[in-house]
Amino acid sequence: MSFYDLYKDYKDINFNLFFKGISDIDILNILEKDRLEIEDFLRLLSPQAGRYLEEMAQKAHHLTIKNFGKVIFLYTPLYLSNYCVNNCSYCGFNVNHDYERKKLTIEEVGKEAEVIAEKGIRDILILTGESRKHSPISYIKDCVRVLKNHFTSIGVEVYPLTKAEYQELVSIGVDGLTIYQEVYNEVIYDQVHISGPKKDYHYRLDAAERGCQAGIRRINIGSLLGLDDWEKEAFFAGLHAWYLQKKYIDMEISLSVPRLRLHPGGISGNFLVENRDLVQVILAYRLFMPRIGINLSTREPADLRDNLLSLGITKVSAESTTIVGGYSDSNGTAQFEIADQRRITDIKNIIAAKGYQAVFQDWHYLDIDDIDIMSN
Amino acid sequence: MLEVGKIKDKLLINGQELKSRLFIGTGKFPQKSLIPDVIEGSGSGIVTVALRRVDFTDKDENIVNYINKDCIIMINTSGARTAEEAVRIARISREAGCGDWIKIEVIRDNKYLLPDNDETIKAAEILAKEGFVVMPYVSPDLMVAKRLEEAGAASIMPLGAPIGTNKGLKSKEFIRILIEEINLPIIVDAGIGRPSHAAEAMEMGADAVLVNTAIATAEDPVLMAGAFAKAVQAGRDAYLAGPGSIRNYAEASSPLTGFLSN
Repeated sequence: MSFYDLYKDYKDINFNLFFKGISDIDILNILEKDRLEIEDFLRLLSPQAGRYLEEMAQKAHHLTIKNFGKVIFLYTPLYLSNYCVNNCSYCGFNVNHDYERKKLTIEEVGKEAEVIAEKGIRDILILTGESRKHSPISYIKDCVRVLKNHFTSIGVEVYPLTKAEYQELVSIGVDGLTIYQEVYNEVIYDQVHISGPKKDYHYRLDAAERGCQAGIRRINIGSLLGLDDWEKEAFFAGLHAWYLQKKYIDMEISLSVPRLRLHPGGISGNFLVENRDLVQVILAYRLFMPRIGINLSTREPADLRDNLLSLGITKVSAESTTIVGGYSDSNGTAQFEIADQRRITDIKNIIAAKGYQAVFQDWHYLDIDDIDIMSN
Repeated sequence: MLEVGKIKDKLLINGQELKSRLFIGTGKFPQKSLIPDVIEGSGSGIVTVALRRVDFTDKDENIVNYINKDCIIMINTSGARTAEEAVRIARISREAGCGDWIKIEVIRDNKYLLPDNDETIKAAEILAKEGFVVMPYVSPDLMVAKRLEEAGAASIMPLGAPIGTNKGLKSKEFIRILIEEINLPIIVDAGIGRPSHAAEAMEMGADAVLVNTAIATAEDPVLMAGAFAKAVQAGRDAYLAGPGSIRNYAEASSPLTGFLSN
């Protein structure tokens, strides 16, 4: 079974009709419940629930603290390469954008790592565009080997891989996988992914699951909000997380809530996602799945990020750049604009002022030697 | 005299006398700098730290540096999904100079954070042989506890309720069986949300309790740590004093068996 089988059960429902049948009492009843059903989750994404954001926020806040404590985890993304063969209408690395592409040498990866680690970061997320020619698995593995000298937790956000390839990465110490479906609506998916291997909806959809089967520890998924109605996209991303959590119980599952950002030469989103909509998505995720991580990137502006911290967010990126090589040299082309450009120390202070501890390290890779532990 | 009983009332683990029956977790505090005061306020002599959070390279970030020097640091294997991972974490911890006290946590379920008892036993067997002071976190089950005792565990740490739920002693009857049948200290871990829950566990005869969420997420963690210390002591005193039994039925004014003595 694939998530697609579950997706099929819901993809043709009439969201508007479903939302019309929801009353205030329904929402208040959901807020009294300990465990929510899938339909309750969808109700929390309705306009009716939008009138109860404060009540939802109070509950989400308490649930998050109970499950995660008063801590916020920090990570930083590191762009290795922006070579890409895909033509995706919303992305700055789009193959048709004419700019000088860059791929870090292994030596440059070491330099970037040093700069980032110096700031205190221990959890790194490495990213590449989709190009098996320029950034093959062997290159990603070489980078990981260098990064292990500086970081204790390494996640990858790269093109979808086979299970065997994910296993290769796990075996050298990669513990996290981020893969966004971008848009769960198949028709829109086909429209915005104009050409390239990313056009294969199903191969991408099942990538998270291949990662789970390969023994990765953390899976982070999400939809790029703004490519379809946010209520639908948030629902399917949440449903996907719920499916993975139920099927792969040992996995640390998290959801990201990226909103479409402008990028050089790109389209702007057709579907507006207001701040209050983003808040509603975060709250609905938290109430439906109290144990799930919710990540927030520097795509969002500083003041909004600060206010979202108390609503259910568990992990934030800090002092990011989407420019390849951007930590040691800021000249280059960005995948998208960074809205929150504050330094890590500032973000740490804000987190403290909000009553949370900024946690830099939450994992330590275990393959420190090659001895056979169990028979020793 | 009760006083005499109290003097004799020592908690020994691995031959070491512990100064308090309240153990503290460290993972959920709003600031690491609160930890020394919390430990002070709780009077605790054992503090558990997740190795995954220990940053050996940064003095300010290294949580171990916030723990009072006279406390025993019990590294926990949080994040371990198998016995093998737990064993690796224990060995890394020992290599790094964090000592031999290991709270084995093997959790394959990320939704409820329930322990995997089978894998915990496997890890306990290996680590006890290697000389670790093995403190396994388990779902309360008599046969599991027996096997851990045979494996050389130093205590058994059954959960009162799932981690972080603050729901109290939901597994009370099963913990009671462990207290009666197992010749090791029984330390109730997880689920204790209020000082009254801690007192209840201690009154029942638990040897100690471990508290994390309830203290770390309180509005005033230091005050709450003190409240837990008092509750643990009160519960222990009550256990030693021998509480009167609770009756579910009234003393009959017309005894049904009175005719036997007539």
